[in-house]
Amino acid sequence: MTHNTITIDGQEVPFEVGQTIMDAALAAKVYIPHLCHYPGLTPHGNCRLCSIEIGKKSVAACTTPAVAGQQISSNTPAINAARKSITQMLFIEGNHICPSCEKSGNCKLQAMGYFLGMLDEHFPQFYQRRKIDASHADIVLDRDRCILCDLCVRASREVDGKNVFAIAGRGTEAHLIVNSSSGKLVDSNLEVDDLAANICPVGAILKKSQGYDVPIGERIYDQHTISEIGLQESIAKESKSDDN
Amino acid sequence: MEKNQPPSPTTRRIAIDPVTRVEGHGKITLLLDADNHIQEARFHIVEFRGFEKFIQGRPYWEVPFFVQRLCGICPVSHQLAAAKAVDQIEGVSQLTPTATKLRRLLHFGQILQSHALHFFHLSSPDFLFGFGSDPAQRNIVGVLGKYPEIALKGVRLRKYGQQIIEAITGKRVHGTGTVPGGMNKALSIVARDALLNEIADVLQWGQEALALNEQIHIANPEHRDFATLQTNFLSMVGEEGELEFYHGGLRACHADGASIFDQRDYCDYQQILREEVRSWSYMKFPYLCQLGKEQGWYRVGPLARVNNSDRISTPLAEAARQHFREFAQGEFVHDTLAYHWARMIEALHCAESIHELLLDPEIVSDDLIAEKGDKRQEGIGVIEAPRGTLFHHYQINEEGLVTKANLIVSTTSNNQAMNESIRSVANQYLDGHEITEALLNHLEVAVRAYDPCLSCATHALGKMPLKVELRDVEGVLVNQLTKGTNGEIDH
Repeated sequence: MTHNTITIDGQEVPFEVGQTIMDAALAAKVYIPHLCHYPGLTPHGNCRLCSIEIGKKSVAACTTPAVAGQQISSNTPAINAARKSITQMLFIEGNHICPSCEKSGNCKLQAMGYFLGMLDEHFPQFYQRRKIDASHADIVLDRDRCILCDLCVRASREVDGKNVFAIAGRGTEAHLIVNSSSGKLVDSNLEVDDLAANICPVGAILKKSQGYDVPIGERIYDQHTISEIGLQESIAKESKSDDN
Repeated sequence: MEKNQPPSPTTRRIAIDPVTRVEGHGKITLLLDADNHIQEARFHIVEFRGFEKFIQGRPYWEVPFFVQRLCGICPVSHQLAAAKAVDQIEGVSQLTPTATKLRRLLHFGQILQSHALHFFHLSSPDFLFGFGSDPAQRNIVGVLGKYPEIALKGVRLRKYGQQIIEAITGKRVHGTGTVPGGMNKALSIVARDALLNEIADVLQWGQEALALNEQIHIANPEHRDFATLQTNFLSMVGEEGELEFYHGGLRACHADGASIFDQRDYCDYQQILREEVRSWSYMKFPYLCQLGKEQGWYRVGPLARVNNSDRISTPLAEAARQHFREFAQGEFVHDTLAYHWARMIEALHCAESIHELLLDPEIVSDDLIAEKGDKRQEGIGVIEAPRGTLFHHYQINEEGLVTKANLIVSTTSNNQAMNESIRSVANQYLDGHEITEALLNHLEVAVRAYDPCLSCATHALGKMPLKVELRDVEGVLVNQLTKGTNGEIDH
């Protein structure tokens, strides 16, 4: 395997051919903010939080291959300001009521807001009317909180081997749909231990009747920043379904 | 009583907007004739919340944390009332001893901090400086300047209650804690010991606060009939008729102390209470069905609880209760300003009860979750919040989503009484006089006695009658629409 290097904010980072810039950065413990990326799942570049600059060009680190000699800017005031705006837009596009959300303290969107110094939503709220699906016996799908990261879609397809979820519509009409005869979770084959039911970075897919059982102070982001957690996460390749 | 006639050209309207040193936003309006005689006096709630509506469609296990955002002063009360309802939905009939004790400890901390906040921060300036004193001084900063020892003890008393809340829920305001069937965290021995270290001071401050209120009320005979009403009283009591904040039966008494009902299961509250809607306020007017709309209004809160209870389980507060009743020759105390005195009796009871609970070895056990039973589609939780009896009622569908929510908060129960009290004060102190700021503060003093939380009290949506009038530039009515309480629109 040939080892090459790229440079991220002045730091030399080695990479293997075939790795993306995000792969190389995470392997070298260099954090690039991200919400829709999860090592082990195919990168999609949905959220654009991992936008970086190579020269004057802005690209998503999770989908851009590492090429020897790349001079990359990531942790700069201008790029972080853009990331903050993206995070604010994610907040206003959905209905994220952190004060009563059981994912609070364990939510990546909330943690990203803290990480980027987001103090308000800046943009006017969309107040979209989105449907909640509580038809499943053990799982509830609250589309108010969905940020269309697509992680559940990929987890279901690539790891669970089920194809339970998909994104339908475009632009502000985009929404998470369920692949079942009725379009409801109850008629899908989603199970509570599936990765798709557990990978949601926000509170859109949750287990029923299990809220608020982790005390304040002991939740993930009470104790860690999202950068610390983001450098630890991965799905072992061998856990992927044989069907895929 | 109320007069609903439209104002004549010779009348003028005075508004106190907003009413200050209360929680939330409300206003008082006075209608005066040319000779300054009171034609009408009303207490309006002008803020609007809508919790009962937007909780619909949400999962029931979210409810305690959703509805606690009704209030920044008594969120614990809302969390606990909703948690009791959620326990019913989950088929939990009995919590573990530790979970029960933790919830009670949390609730005592909540009431202690709320009562301390109300007297020291909001009401003490009226009593220490006088109802008509200089408004520049008549506030907590003025109290800190002239009576720093009193003010600081009040601040510390409140802080202690908040420390209890923080130890159990993780935050001083809007923490978590309750989960279906129990609590999410044991109280650590370190936290218990830290709270025990300060309890002696808290008990001392509680006694001093009580003595101050008792002295103020007894030393000022004019306080006896200030805004005073002869009313029914409603509260929860324990199995033996003792003062009880967390769980018990409902007791209602006539003004003379005669029983209206006793030990009624709060799950039957809809057979006991009705709520009337009036067009000029976002707050409803509850009444006891048994007595009807005209005679059935009642008061809740510290005065109701101390009057209604046969005893208090802790010695210092019980001695104070007996003294309180002796003050009225064994009858019920109806003095509206005695709410403050009763409030401090309760604060002392909280301090004593906190001490007992902290000494109980079970309080630090980790046996926190009870067995769940068959799920139900309805839950009703009732507790005594700082301001009075608090009802939370939820219905859910088979998917676990809330289909209906009904909240009757303490301040709502006191709505009629607050209106009657300001009418009484307006007629007694303002009628025929040139209206001054000092006189207007008398009206606010009457409202403050009830410690109203107007934010909590305006949670309904969709039931308020509304009248819209379209007038031309000359003021002539061109068209009008009226929406009734059933939501139907008349042209």
